[in-house]
This record gives sequence, C-alpha cells and structure tokens, in this order.
Amino acid sequence: MTKLNSKIPAGELETKWTKYKSTVPLVNPANKRSIEIIVVGSGLAGASAAASLAELGYKVKCYCFQDSPRRAHSIAAQGGINAAKNYQNDGDSVYRLFYDTVKGGDYRAREGNVYRLAEVSANIIDQCVAQGVPFAREYGGYLSNRSFGGTQVQRTFYAAGQTGQQLLLGAYSALERQVGIGTVTMYSRHEMLDIVLIDGKARGIIARDLVTGKLERHFGHAVLLCTGGYGNVFYLSTNAMGSNVTAAWKAHRKGAFFGNPCFTQIHPTCIPVSGDHQSKLTLMSESLRNDGRIWVPKKKDDNRKPVDIPEEERDYYLERRYPAFGNLVPRDVASRAAKERCDAGYGVGTSKMAVYLDFTFNTMRYGRIEANKLGIQNPSEAEIKKLGKEVVKEKYGNLFEMYEKITGENPYETPMRIYPAVHYTMGGLWVDYELMTTVPGLYALGEANFSDHGANRLGASALMQGLADGYFVIPYTIGAYLSGDIRTKSIPTDHPAFVDAEKKVQEQLDKLMNIKGMKSVDHFHKKLGKIMWDKCGMGRNEKGLTEAISEIRALREEFWKDVRIPGTQNEMNLELEKAGRVADFIELGELMCMDALNRKESCGGHFREESQTEEGEAKRDDDKFSYVSAWEYKGIGSFEMHKEELVFDVVHPSQRSYK
Amino acid sequence: MNRFLTSSLGKKVVMALTGLFLISFLLVHCGINALIFYNDGGVNFNAGAEFMGTNPIIRTVEIILFIGLVLHIYQALILTLGNNKARPVKYAVNAAAENSKWYSRSMGLLGTLILMFLIIHLKHFWVTSRFTDQITGGHTTLFDEMKVIFSEAWVVALYDLAMISLAYHLLHGFYSAFQTLGLNNKKYTPVIKLVGAAFSIIIPFVFAMMPLAMHMGWVK
Amino acid sequence: MSEKKLNLTLKVWRQKNAKEAGNFITYKVTDISTDMSFLEMFDVLNEQLINKGEEPIAFDHDCREGICGMCSMYINGRAHGPAQGTTTCQLHMRKFKDGDTITVEPWRASSFPVIKDLVVDRSAFDHIISAGGFVSVNTGNAQDANNLPVPKNDADNAFAAAACIGCGACVAACKNSSAMLFVSAKVSQLALLPQGQIERETRVLNMVKTMDDEGFGSCTNTGACEAECPKEISVENIARLNREYLMANLK
Repeated sequence: MTKLNSKIPAGELETKWTKYKSTVPLVNPANKRSIEIIVVGSGLAGASAAASLAELGYKVKCYCFQDSPRRAHSIAAQGGINAAKNYQNDGDSVYRLFYDTVKGGDYRAREGNVYRLAEVSANIIDQCVAQGVPFAREYGGYLSNRSFGGTQVQRTFYAAGQTGQQLLLGAYSALERQVGIGTVTMYSRHEMLDIVLIDGKARGIIARDLVTGKLERHFGHAVLLCTGGYGNVFYLSTNAMGSNVTAAWKAHRKGAFFGNPCFTQIHPTCIPVSGDHQSKLTLMSESLRNDGRIWVPKKKDDNRKPVDIPEEERDYYLERRYPAFGNLVPRDVASRAAKERCDAGYGVGTSKMAVYLDFTFNTMRYGRIEANKLGIQNPSEAEIKKLGKEVVKEKYGNLFEMYEKITGENPYETPMRIYPAVHYTMGGLWVDYELMTTVPGLYALGEANFSDHGANRLGASALMQGLADGYFVIPYTIGAYLSGDIRTKSIPTDHPAFVDAEKKVQEQLDKLMNIKGMKSVDHFHKKLGKIMWDKCGMGRNEKGLTEAISEIRALREEFWKDVRIPGTQNEMNLELEKAGRVADFIELGELMCMDALNRKESCGGHFREESQTEEGEAKRDDDKFSYVSAWEYKGIGSFEMHKEELVFDVVHPSQRSYK
Repeated sequence: MNRFLTSSLGKKVVMALTGLFLISFLLVHCGINALIFYNDGGVNFNAGAEFMGTNPIIRTVEIILFIGLVLHIYQALILTLGNNKARPVKYAVNAAAENSKWYSRSMGLLGTLILMFLIIHLKHFWVTSRFTDQITGGHTTLFDEMKVIFSEAWVVALYDLAMISLAYHLLHGFYSAFQTLGLNNKKYTPVIKLVGAAFSIIIPFVFAMMPLAMHMGWVK
Repeated sequence: MSEKKLNLTLKVWRQKNAKEAGNFITYKVTDISTDMSFLEMFDVLNEQLINKGEEPIAFDHDCREGICGMCSMYINGRAHGPAQGTTTCQLHMRKFKDGDTITVEPWRASSFPVIKDLVVDRSAFDHIISAGGFVSVNTGNAQDANNLPVPKNDADNAFAAAACIGCGACVAACKNSSAMLFVSAKVSQLALLPQGQIERETRVLNMVKTMDDEGFGSCTNTGACEAECPKEISVENIARLNREYLMANLK
C-alpha cells in the first residue's frame, strides 16, 4: 500500500482542482521548447493531449497504428457526451454529474478525480464548439441535449448518432493544425512495442514502423499512453479490430500497475453473433432503449415469428423486474437480465442467444400523435403505422439502416434481435490524480487508465473523460513532473537503455517469427475470447475463474509453441502485428481472471455469482472491497496486488436499486 | 491571379466561362441559321448572314470567340493530361456506368469529335464566305452555298452525327459550368439542369434539321 | 433473413510492396455465409492461406462498422462494392450470388500509392487537413458554447458535410482521381459555421493548394464521387468549394 500515492489534493472536494491548478509548478515557455513529449495513440485523449501540449510549446511526437490519426476508435462512439452545462434548466450541476458518475460506477471511483471530471466537462463542450464540431441544435440555434442512460437530467450533447466521430475529427483537426505548424511530428502506421526507462523514469519508446517493419527508438522527457481499452481480449467486442492492450501491457511489464483489470462493461444492445465467422460486434446505440421495449416469449423454444406471438405471450422482463426504470435500467443490469433469460432457454433467433428490442409500441404511439397533429380523424392502423415509422426514421434512421445492412432484416417490420457484448473496459493502468502511472514520467489517459468510472461507466461519459484528460487535465498536471526536468537534455537514442530495449523487442519478434507453428493467430485469439466470455464475462464465479486461469496458462504455452506467422519481419506483416497483440492479451486475460477471482463482491460490471441478493441482484461488499486493486507485474503469470483504499467524504455508498 | 489560373479550380473556371461563352454563341448562330426555315429562298437568312459578316462589332466578337474556343481546347488538354497523370495505373475492372453518365466521362472524346466537325464546317462556310469569296470575287450567297454542300448525303450524315456529339457535350457541359462556378443550390440546380437539358436537345436538333431539310428539299 | 452458402471466385490484386510490380491472383472460397461481411469473407480466405503456409492478403480495416474510414477496396469496379452508401466493411455477402467472380483492387491514384496488396497510403488527406482543415483555437480559448447561436439549418448542413470519413472512395471512383469531394466537405463544414468565418479565405486557398500539390486530378463534375461516397456527401459541397475559392481569390 505504501507504493500507491493517489496524490489527491487536500481540502474541500469543490476546491481541490482549483487549488491544484493555481499551485502546480509551471514550466516557462523557453524551457517548454526544449522538452519533448511522446503521445502514443491519437484518439480523443491522445489527439487532444498532443494538440494541447503542442499549443503550450512542447515538442510533441504522436504515434498511431492506423494509417491516419483520424481513424482511432473513439470515432465509433454513437450516443453523445455528457457535460454539466445545465442549458436545459433542469437542475443539472457539477455536483449532480459527479454524483451520478460515482453512483453509476457503483462506488468504486475516486471522488476527487470524478469531481474534477465533472468540473471540466463544460469546458469541453465550449472547446469543441469553437473547433467547429457540428453538435445538434434547436431551431433557435442553441445546442440540443438528450437524456441518456437513465439519468434524470438532459445533459448529453450529441451529433446525430456520430458524436464520437465529430469530436474526434475536432481533436484531429487541432492535432493536424499543430502538425502543419511543425510542433507535432506524426508517426502513423507505427506501433509502440516497449517503454524505455532510464534511472527509473520513462524516457522513450521503441516503435515498429508497420510499413517497413523496422524498429525505431524515440526519446521523450515524458511518455503519454492514450491507447484505449482492452475489450478485444474477448475476441468479439464492439472495439475496432486493431484495438489492443499492447502499449499498456508493455508499460505494465515495465512497472506500471494495472488497476481493476476485471472491470469490463458489457453493453446490452448489440447485434447478436450470427456465426463462427463473426469478426466483431456492432453496437446499437443505447438511445434505442428510450423507444424500444425489450421482450422474450413466455414459452421456451418458441419458434414462431415475433409478429405472430400475441401480446399476452410476451415477457417484457425488464419492465417486470424493474418497474421503476423498466427498459432504462443501467447497462450492467440490462445485460445481465438478457443473459439470465437466454440461459434459462427463452432466447430468440437461430442461436437462441438474443432478445427482442421492439419498436412497434412506440411507432404506433408516435403515429397517433402525428395523426392528431395533422388532424386526421379516425386514422387506420396502416396510416398510424406509416406516420409513426417516419418519426422513428428521423430519430434512428441511420441505426436502423446499419441493422438492416448487417442482419438483412428490416427493423421497421420485425423487432431487432439484440444481445449484450463487450464494449468498454473501466480497468486500465493505475494512475494518480495527475494521471501518472507508478512509473515516473509515464502517464495514461482516457480509456487506457483505470479511469473515473469505477466499476461501471455511464453512457456518454467515455468521450467526456477522454477529452477531459487530454484537453484540460494533462496540460496542467504534466507541469508538476516536467518542471523538475527542465535541465534534462534530450537523451541520444544510442543510450544503452534504448539499445537494450530495442534488443529485447527484436528478440520477441524473432521468437514469434521462429515458432513456425501450425495455427493462426486468430485461432488463439478466438480460444482466448471464448474462455474469457464464458468464465470472465457477464457472470463470474470462483470455479469458472480458477478454470479460466489454468486454461489461459495452457493456451499461452500452446501459443508460444504453435502459432504460425507467414511472411517476414521487415515488411508490412499484419499477422505479426496481431500475434504480438494476442500474446499480450493472453497475459492480460490471466490477470483479469485473477482480479475477478480476488474481488468476491459484485459491483458494477463485475458480477460474482456468489455475491447476489435473493432476487438475483448484484450485492456489493463495501467493508471488504472498497478499494482499487492495483496489480504489479512480477514475471509472466505472477502478479502482486496493492490496494488503494477508496475514501468517500461526500457521497455515501448505498446499494443501487432500480426496482 | 496567377496562382488562381494555375490552380486546378482556376483552370476549371476558365473551362466553364469559355464554355458558357461558346454556348451563347451557339444560340446566336442557331437563331440566324434558323432563318432558312422561313423557306423564302434564303432572303431573310442571307440578310442575317450579311449582317453577321460585315458588322464590325460582330467581327470583333468573332475574334474573341476564336480565342475562347482555343482557350477552351487548350485548358481541356492541360486538365486531361493532369488527370491522366493522377491515375497512372488503371483499374482492371471499372463499373463507371454505375456511378456516372457516359457522356460526362467522355467530354474529351465528344469535344474532339466536335472539333473535327468544326474544322470541316469552317472550311465549308466560314473560309468560303470570309476569304474565298473575297479573293475570287464570287457572289454566291451562303444560302446557295448550303444547298450545294448539303446536296451530298455523307455531309448531311456527318453534320447530324456531329450534332449528336454536341448534344451530349452540352448535356453535361451546361450544368457542369454552373457547378464549377459554384452555382449549385437545392432550389435552382433542378432548373439549371432542366434548362440545360432543353438547350442541349433543342439547339443541336435545330442545327441538325438544317442540312437534312436542305438535302431533302424541305427548304428551298 | 435466411442464411445461404456461396461458392465464389476471387481475383485479388497482390503486390509485395510499393516498389515491386503486382498482379491478380485467383482464389476460390467455398461455403461463404450470406450473413458474412465482405471483410469476414476475406478473413476466411486469409485463414485458408495461412493454413496453406501462404501469406495472407493485406488490407486496411479497423472499426468494421462503417465509421473509421480505413477499409478501402475496389470491388467489381466500384469503390466499396455494389451497395449504395456502404463501406466495404458493411457490405454483406447477401449482395452476391453463388458462383460469382469478384475482382478486388486497391484504390488507384498517384496520390494514394499502394503499400502492399490492397493497402494504400492516404496520408495526402492528412496533409490537406493540416493545411487548413481546422479552426485555429487553442485549448482554453473558447467562449461559452451557447454564446454563438447557429441556425439549425446551417448546423445540419455542416454536419452532413462533416460526416465524411476520409476513406478516399471519392478519389478512387473519380475518373480523374480528384479529391474535390473530400476537400469540399471540410471547407463546407467550416464555411457554414460562424466559428469558421475568420479563416474562411486562407483555409480554402491553402487546402486547394495542398490538394493540387499532392497530385490529385481536377473535378469534371461527373458525380461519381457522390454516387460512391459511403456517407453520401453531396456534390453541392463541391459547388460551395468552387464558390469559396472564387470569392477568396476575388478579395
């Protein structure tokens, strides 16, 4: 425990950040010009950090594995971004956003961090609008809001179903502006393969140029990892195909602790798996739950078409179990309820692993409202349906189209089939209030850190956190470290630490290439994913997790004996890239299971079957588990846990109830 | 200004402006020539031709017209060369018909056909009326000239084929000029497209009728 | 929709790297489910190749939900294949028939050189954005977001233009390899919003200059870009770009 200092400033919650900002040491402009900062990743956190730091005068180098920084997976976020603007005059405030986030996270986040997040949330919207982000607007020209994830206020800003895209393109434009000025050097199609430590501080990275296959050494006074989450450990997730844990895992192996690795978010409304060929899962925005009713047939193995199942033979299980919140319960609750029904044999579709999300009810309701507006007397059912369809189309047209493209079914005519899928990881590299990991000079931002979301993230909060970290937190907090580093000259990359790090990376690549086994990388990835999904997914228990750990260990052995990577090292080699990532996922998977095994309570996205109420609801255990588990790497398959006790001065943890 | 004219957009503006100028010429040319349909033995037509051939303003505009034509052709060549360079390796399979009209992709070809026609056409009439007549002191009217030239069936066929090329060239060119000049708008573009289509059909049709009418003896 | 199985012949462009010449190789795939996406069909093919000890086909892809803009295949003569308003990753095999032969090529443009197989280098797009596709506002400069109302219509049009995913299908489909639709989408977005006014002229001048310097062809208004754009960005934006450029030069 001595190893963890969260550095939360003393004082009242409301004044912590203000005080911190006014007292944090600064780096003068002349010195900034000679300080180099490495930013790995170019998503919301990375692009915003790289641009903001370059604006301050630092020399920034930014890396991404995609062909352009604009492709980072932040782009896929659909719903929106929260901010405590209170533009709707509905009683929102910094405190409420803070409170909702801590509660939504099932009381496993730091109060100080979350309050700061809520404080800067409003600045994010200002900044994005100034950049030309085309948020949705009302007829008066002012910004529009919607409600999200069952909160009681309307604080979500959005740009149709493409909010992440628009925010990322805003940050990307700020980044490209600095690239044009020459303050940021962009390295696209580069993958970070190790951190270089000199005297215990992060001083650079080893990166592989993914086009030539050559290894490169890059120096930085500080290194920022903005490399996103690790949901792809499950193979199937809503993450992009390239999303990976490698940068974070290499940092972990070099001494950065990994916080709450088992906290994963399973999103309830995704398009179900259609077959073994499935490569990834697609989310259907949570906003659909505002207008769709979720149900399964009351009869097991009911093979009738959904439209042929009469009303009284349908089980609207969320409305039945949670009358107060109904279809709008938080993500973790909705996901588990779907799994429960399918496991009990009431699932629908060919795989029987899906539930219906039905828009008929609200289509007809909208249709009747429209008919009234148009003054149509005694409209026919068909007329109502037609009018209602138009309303639904305006709200969700793009999502319905996407659903039809993927499934070939028309959701206007037949209910959508949905099933939960891995979506986000609340866990990540442990960081202090300044976003620094346990390695001096090494920072983690955005989804890559263990985050402000506790054990469960609320909708529209990921975009907020990524941009808060990059635009408004790191530009201040990095000064605390760099102000002590102004005399450090650029370290030449022929320093033994660089040479040694590169040698180790080279050895690992050689090792992978030389296995020349029989099975493809995907074969191992799929196997890992199945273990993780079955035993460390929506429901977890001691037996399953113990089995999973030994299965993953066996899989690791097999991987290093039998993986096949065609081609050579010194060229573009996508299989080699994947192999490195899967090797790290395997090691991470084991740690996730260990963390899940250790945390015997249920909280947020982590549901331990041993810890539930009589009604099958999650049961938290604050006496024993009100801490962040931060794992230290001790060698392959060996980790030591450190605890950061969580202190709640302002909010008082209570059992969440949505009944 | 220099930067403007050497930019890809500037070159396109030159194409559009010269194109519109040539379009306006077509209208005048067509109007005068249509006087043959008075079927008065060419009296009205010859008077018009006489006016066009002798009025100093028209003669000056004629020079500008030539410059415009040359610019239009020159710029098209430059653009085409640049565009070919932008795709050194062509697609093995290209289903361009799925995304665009063939004539919009064939402006160079259509333009070349029109140019070839134009050379023959100028030789037939313009050289004769402006130079040959003056040198030989001949006094054949243009109307008589037309009768002679269009008595040949292959000439009529050639002229009418050229007018089909012109029609397609205009069908794309008319709208395209407005688009290049930045005039595209939900309200007006459909009108521009409609007027363009009407112009592209009517003008070449009227032109095409002339040799045919002469040949068939509908106009005497 | 009920699942069917397809047997297909694929003719795929293979090219070892930027320097070596490439050629088409023919592959057979069998038992392809109509529920698969086009890229999942490629996954199946690649798995086959790996199992045979051959090098899999390199292609760009990432989000596989039609938004990151990374996937880029020219399928049977069309950018992103036969479906309207669809990226390659969202194209599903139910659009094809059993026994079809499908030709797959990389984007072809001198500004998008092939890196390997179906992977091309689209960094020219980044260069165009860094020349002016932004509002120069440092972090912290911004005023309150609601201080500057924006007419809904302008905001909606700006959004429609901003939906561009930078995939390059417009360039690939254009017979001249013109990048006008891409450039015009960004210019339009920022020209429509009050935040973009201050740099309105320099932005369009600099972006067009970079576009020309990168070697893209010129626009001949065939409309192929709009027809093949997975986000169905309108050529109205190109007219706006022309207008903006003219006006900037007249000043």
